[in-house]
Amino acid sequence: MTDKFKFAMYWAGSCGGCEIAVLETKDKILELDANYDVVFWPVAADFKYKDVRAYDDGFIDVCLFNGCIRNSENEEIAHLLRQKSKVLVAFGACATMGGIPGLINETTAAELKELVYTKNPSIDNPEGIYPQEKLEVPEGELELPHLYDTVRTLDQTVAVDYYVPGCPPEAHQIAAVLDVVTAALKGEGELPPKGAVVGVAPKTCCDECKRVKEEKKISGFRRMWEFFPDPEKCLLEQGVVCMGPATRAGCGARCTNVGMPCRGCYGPPEGVVDQGAKMLSTLASIVDAPTPEEIAEITATLPDPVGTFYRFGLASSLLRRAKV
Amino acid sequence: MAQEKIGVYVCHCGTNIAGKVDVEEVTRWAAEQPNVAVARNYKYMCSDPGQDLIKQDIKEHGITRAVVAACSPTMHEPTFRKAAADGGLNPYLLQMANIREHCSWVTVDGEAATAKAKRILGAQIHRLPLNEPLDPIEVPVNPNVMVVGGGIAGIEAALKLAQAGKKVYLVERDPSIGGHMAMFDKTFPTLDCAACILTPKMSAAGKEPHIEMLAYSEVTEVEGYVGNFKVKVRKKARYVDIDTCTGCGLCTEACVVRKVPNEFDRGLSKRAAAYIPFPQAVPLRATIDPTRCLTLTGKKCKQPCLTACGPGAIDFDQKDEEIEVEVGAIIVATGFELWDPTPEKRYSYGKLDNVLSSLEFERISNASGPTGGHILCKNGEPPKAVAILHCVGSRDENYQEFCSRVCCMYSLKFAHLIKEHLPECEVYECYIDMRTYGKGYEEFYKRLMNEDVHFIRGRAAEVTDVGLSPTEEGRLVVKVEDTLLGITRRLPVDMVILSSGLAPRSDAKETAQTFGFGCSANGFYLERHPKLEPVSTVTDGIFIAGCCQYPKDIPDTVAQAGAAAAGALALVDNPTVNVEPTISYIDPEKCSGCHICVGLCPHAAIQYNEEKGVAEVITAACKGCGVCVAACASGVPQQRGYLDEQIFAEIEGALAV
Repeated sequence: MTDKFKFAMYWAGSCGGCEIAVLETKDKILELDANYDVVFWPVAADFKYKDVRAYDDGFIDVCLFNGCIRNSENEEIAHLLRQKSKVLVAFGACATMGGIPGLINETTAAELKELVYTKNPSIDNPEGIYPQEKLEVPEGELELPHLYDTVRTLDQTVAVDYYVPGCPPEAHQIAAVLDVVTAALKGEGELPPKGAVVGVAPKTCCDECKRVKEEKKISGFRRMWEFFPDPEKCLLEQGVVCMGPATRAGCGARCTNVGMPCRGCYGPPEGVVDQGAKMLSTLASIVDAPTPEEIAEITATLPDPVGTFYRFGLASSLLRRAKV
Repeated sequence: MAQEKIGVYVCHCGTNIAGKVDVEEVTRWAAEQPNVAVARNYKYMCSDPGQDLIKQDIKEHGITRAVVAACSPTMHEPTFRKAAADGGLNPYLLQMANIREHCSWVTVDGEAATAKAKRILGAQIHRLPLNEPLDPIEVPVNPNVMVVGGGIAGIEAALKLAQAGKKVYLVERDPSIGGHMAMFDKTFPTLDCAACILTPKMSAAGKEPHIEMLAYSEVTEVEGYVGNFKVKVRKKARYVDIDTCTGCGLCTEACVVRKVPNEFDRGLSKRAAAYIPFPQAVPLRATIDPTRCLTLTGKKCKQPCLTACGPGAIDFDQKDEEIEVEVGAIIVATGFELWDPTPEKRYSYGKLDNVLSSLEFERISNASGPTGGHILCKNGEPPKAVAILHCVGSRDENYQEFCSRVCCMYSLKFAHLIKEHLPECEVYECYIDMRTYGKGYEEFYKRLMNEDVHFIRGRAAEVTDVGLSPTEEGRLVVKVEDTLLGITRRLPVDMVILSSGLAPRSDAKETAQTFGFGCSANGFYLERHPKLEPVSTVTDGIFIAGCCQYPKDIPDTVAQAGAAAAGALALVDNPTVNVEPTISYIDPEKCSGCHICVGLCPHAAIQYNEEKGVAEVITAACKGCGVCVAACASGVPQQRGYLDEQIFAEIEGALAV
């Protein structure tokens, strides 16, 4: 092992896109290699948990932790990496806000299993076989991690030093974050204050969106497959639920600038406690109808409100989860 | 955050709070809370000695924040903020914790009330360190007043204000002012002729140079705030030039459409499509009914009105016109509707002839009404017997639960008028309770008891035309239980008068919304305080008067109109008024210029700065309504005094106990 800084990255409850996003930094990855020893990165290098357990506490200089806390394994490794890392970064929407897996907080693990292993129309499971957490085989007992009912964010599990939001975080933002951290480790710069959200811009997605914005009044909600939106005009004004106003800038408004509404993956801007509630409050303000009946008609055209307004943030919202 | 010294003052409010909440325990608990330097309780915090406690503690104990746990802030927040200011503390560093309306009055169990009081108080203790000192904003006041509704309340208020030298815009929806009172014949209990006492006031209002009459007009939009309202009024097209028309009525005589039900006579007579609603109308000008006029409905007409009209006032090309008026105060006096007895099917209103609503009878008994003041049945014969049914739709869970206050008296008046016109006629009053509460009212009731009227205590069960005996054949029969005699009676009569209650106008809710106040559960406009501010609304500078607030008789209406005029005058007679500094601000470093708030601001206080690409609040125009705060998805506009962090602190404080 060299005297380079030690780098770790971990993939908990998530899709793996965050890992790809790090590779998306292209030649920056070589700088990473130049400055750091990778001491743990299951997707890229062959380390085992026992290797990490063997490190001294604080051995890892910076650990990018992506994914939510979905099961007992995620939780165990979160604690382990907290212990072994000087700087623990909640990396990506799932680690910072629970992400899309956080939508399971609308229901329970049991219902999820039932859906996946029985109710799913493409599943034929007449014997009702479900995965078991424990199984006796001749060689001994096999064990799977316990699936939780409630998805938690990383900072609901362990203390977190920095947050890099995004689904996934944009490559240029990742590169910028790595530059800051490397410079600080080398004593050439300062680390941002603990708890900071890094790799983002100060305003909201609207600030980066090139579409023309005018006064907003919505007389009906539409989804993208229902019409061809005007390419110049603000999508929200065209009745598309675009989470842009409730979403932190930093991505460069990539979705809206290519004609898709913002889904809110960068999370709420500074000062906003609950992204979904804020967006709801906004829509309630701009729905343009004189009577409660007409308002009800318009809001009925909004499918899946939780999945729309809390697509990434249910686990970190004030609601946190549904009562079951 | 520097260490704050909070003073806590728990009010007993006599037994209003202390009768339920253990104020000693709440005080003891409060003293232990973070930042609390002094915690006291007092019998009446709003009294001078109570207020002095706050002032003393500011001076002697160096209190830097204060919370008064007492009644609603609507009630006494100004009182205590003033006390704080007198003591040298910025008034916005004092908060109210409402442990009366929100707690002691609505909680049955004493222990639960005490626990809740701690939460309510805890919320304010928790938020107080985040309060910022604020200074009131002084704005100019427009001296003009708008009165909406030209019934007796509106006329009275307009005249009073005009006498004080204020310019008044009197807006009336119908072609003439006068309202319901103009339809009445006599008024109880003095039996003055309604026209004799109202017409002079109507005519005075018409002639008063300070009053600009906007008849046949409706308010469509109200913007602005206390002292500075901008009101849009739609002047409906009369198709008659109001300045040229002399009110001669020749167009009415010439008009070929003659069978339009006359609203003023409640449909009991017909009018022409070109009409003057009644002879004493103010303004005395013709109106052409666009829904009935042949020309205006696109049919063929020789237009004899055009020939008949000497001054050439008729103008079929006239269009609705929208004007904008600026005023400092508004009095809303939009009146009531008579409760329509149709849903009360057992009384057969609208089904059987000679079953009349009370306003229909008013018109029949009126000398200028459809029968020339002769009380006649539909067949032209005078009735031999009349039943007057009280509380139709009133005091009834199915319809209106409340008492309309005037129906007993007008029913007695009807009985008197019938007896006066037709001494031989039998008159039955079927009542539940006789409510004659006003000056001279009980005496009037007594007088009627000597006028040979039959009083039957019991709510009528049914009105039918199915006769069971020769005396009942071909007549109306009222079935009623006489609860004093304990028997069921069948009263054969020739006319039934349904004494309906007064109902809120069917569009009361929308009107209330236009002016920015609310309605009570019964649908009438909500006053700011039922006892102490009966003519104010939650919107500063907007007052209410008359039956739009609740059913009332003419004396009460006139008194309230005067009170509303005084309220408006007290405001517009000042050059400036202080408005709350709890207004919104936008941090340009955070605003993304998405435009959501810009169009929503009801006061046009937000403008978009193209150059900077951000929204900006115009401080002088912002009224602190909070619309932009709720609307901005980025949480950028923040309202002083109601910052997100302050509200979250309150929630945390309430949940921390």
